[in-house]
Amino acid sequence: MDTQTVIKAEKLNLTFQTNDGPVHALSNIDLSIDKGEFVSLIGPSGCGKTTLLRVIADLEKPSDGTITVNGMTPEEARLKRAYGYVFQAAALFPWRTIADNIALPLEVMGLDKAEREKRVSENLELVDLAGFGNKFPWQLSGGMQQRASIARALAVQPDMLLMDEPFGALDEIVRDHLNEQLLKLWAATKKTVVFVTHSIPEAVFLSTRIVVMSPRPGRIHDVIDCDLGENRTLDIRETPEFLKIAHRVRDGLRAGHSYEDV
Amino acid sequence: MKRVAPIFTVVAAIIAIWYVAAVFLNAPFERDQAERAGRPIAFSEILQRTMVQERPILPAPHQVAAELWDTTVTKKITSKRSLVYHAWITLSATLLGFVMGTVLGIVLAVGIVHSSVLDKSLMPWIITSQTIPILAIAPMIIVVLSSVGVTGLLPKALISTYLSFFPVAVGMVKGLRSPEAMHLDLMKTYSASRSNVFWKLRVPASMPYLFTSMKVAVAASLVGAIVGELPTGAVAGLGARLLAGSYYGQTVQIWSALFAAAIMAALLVTLIGMLGTWVNRRMGVRPEAAR
Ligand SMILES: Nc1ncnc2c1ncn2[C@@H]1O[C@H](COP(=O)(O)OP(=O)(O)OP(=O)(O)O)[C@@H](O)[C@H]1O
Ligand SMILES: [Mg+2]
Repeated sequence: MDTQTVIKAEKLNLTFQTNDGPVHALSNIDLSIDKGEFVSLIGPSGCGKTTLLRVIADLEKPSDGTITVNGMTPEEARLKRAYGYVFQAAALFPWRTIADNIALPLEVMGLDKAEREKRVSENLELVDLAGFGNKFPWQLSGGMQQRASIARALAVQPDMLLMDEPFGALDEIVRDHLNEQLLKLWAATKKTVVFVTHSIPEAVFLSTRIVVMSPRPGRIHDVIDCDLGENRTLDIRETPEFLKIAHRVRDGLRAGHSYEDV
Repeated sequence: MKRVAPIFTVVAAIIAIWYVAAVFLNAPFERDQAERAGRPIAFSEILQRTMVQERPILPAPHQVAAELWDTTVTKKITSKRSLVYHAWITLSATLLGFVMGTVLGIVLAVGIVHSSVLDKSLMPWIITSQTIPILAIAPMIIVVLSSVGVTGLLPKALISTYLSFFPVAVGMVKGLRSPEAMHLDLMKTYSASRSNVFWKLRVPASMPYLFTSMKVAVAASLVGAIVGELPTGAVAGLGARLLAGSYYGQTVQIWSALFAAAIMAALLVTLIGMLGTWVNRRMGVRPEAAR
């Protein structure tokens, strides 16, 4: 299989100008992600994970450095609908039912009604929300809303998924279940996934590579290869290989915020 | 029931205060009369007489109620003495002006939201337009239009438009700008067109703002239509009733016209409110939040 670079960032810097002076959110980020990789970004709150994801998605412009997505500028890639984005919050439209929310990007893409309905019901099922299509967002729990927003991103069937803590609001059991679903989906479709998380086990279980970030200024502290083989199940979390990688991630996180131990 | 009790209490209190005020304000006239006739007058007699004066300074509530009943139920609707007839004249101008004002307000808001040039050039004028007292403008509009042969409904409706476009324009600018940054970002990730963002996000998000501002606008329209009837010495409409009433010192007529206007305003605002609740309900807004 020939590898193809999907995301390439070089010397990426981003400074926000705020009322309290500049905030250096990203500092000298060098990162290259190949097609079909599952890369997790992990790091303490405020270290720039969301910001990095937003730069890839062309929702934020870097102050300095270069970044390409599919060999194009992020803007060109966005206009070609190269990715599906799952926000940190569900961001459902309150005046649309769950089904209509999932259909929103499909309407924008101009798909016909039959195709929209097919994709909506498929993806509702995938996130265990079959039967909730006619409910409005306020009638669902926060976790269910978040699952609906994942279904909405998957319905687009993008080659690349950018996910910002998609499972952060879910309970452990649902989270495990969706982790397995996502892994299956990824193994079957070979999508490129960039995944932000706060959970070490989640990152180790899902990823082919883990990027550990540290704050002030936001930078890459460590990059850990971690392919635990295909067809892995949640049982793998007990194995020594798993624990070894988890340990290294934890060390990286500690070093990144050692100032807090003082 | 729980909601009716407080309202009822307030209404009862207002009526009581009104009666007291009527006695207090109308009593001097009775004393004057008695003094001129050179006969003493007891307080109980004053009390009685202040309730039934022909041209009281402040008519008693039951006098106004009787006049309202008399001029609505017992008169033929087509009669010039029917309050329903006059209310309809004013209502038609109000509604025409309200519809034109709402359309104008929405068009202006759409332009302002989509073009920063329009935002900078129009907004100051829109605000300035409302700082000019309507009483100063109304006669000019009426006179200018009648000099070119436009009379009747349209000039009054235009004054209503002038007053009602403003709340709608301001409300809709706010409403069309109300979507959260994350929802706008979401549409951006779909590389949605401007028209998609407008119809699928901005317009639905602005609906609650639209109905709130329409409530203000319809009340302003009514004021505009009444004001529009004053300078011409119009022969019909609630404004004409007010004017005629004050010429001839018919305070009972003035007050009943005022009440007719207030009742009409309340009905119009309630109607718009119900329409807004219905639309919001259909759009899936949480029932509690819709109110
Ligand atoms: N639009 C903005 N304007 C100004 N500062 C911002 C903006 N967005 C983010 N920041 C700052 O940039 C830094 C990184 O923010 P970011 O949201 O990327 O953190 P994060 O790693 O996603 O954190 P969390 O895990 O809490 O979501 C923070 O210090 C934040 O205050
Ligand atoms: Mg974040």
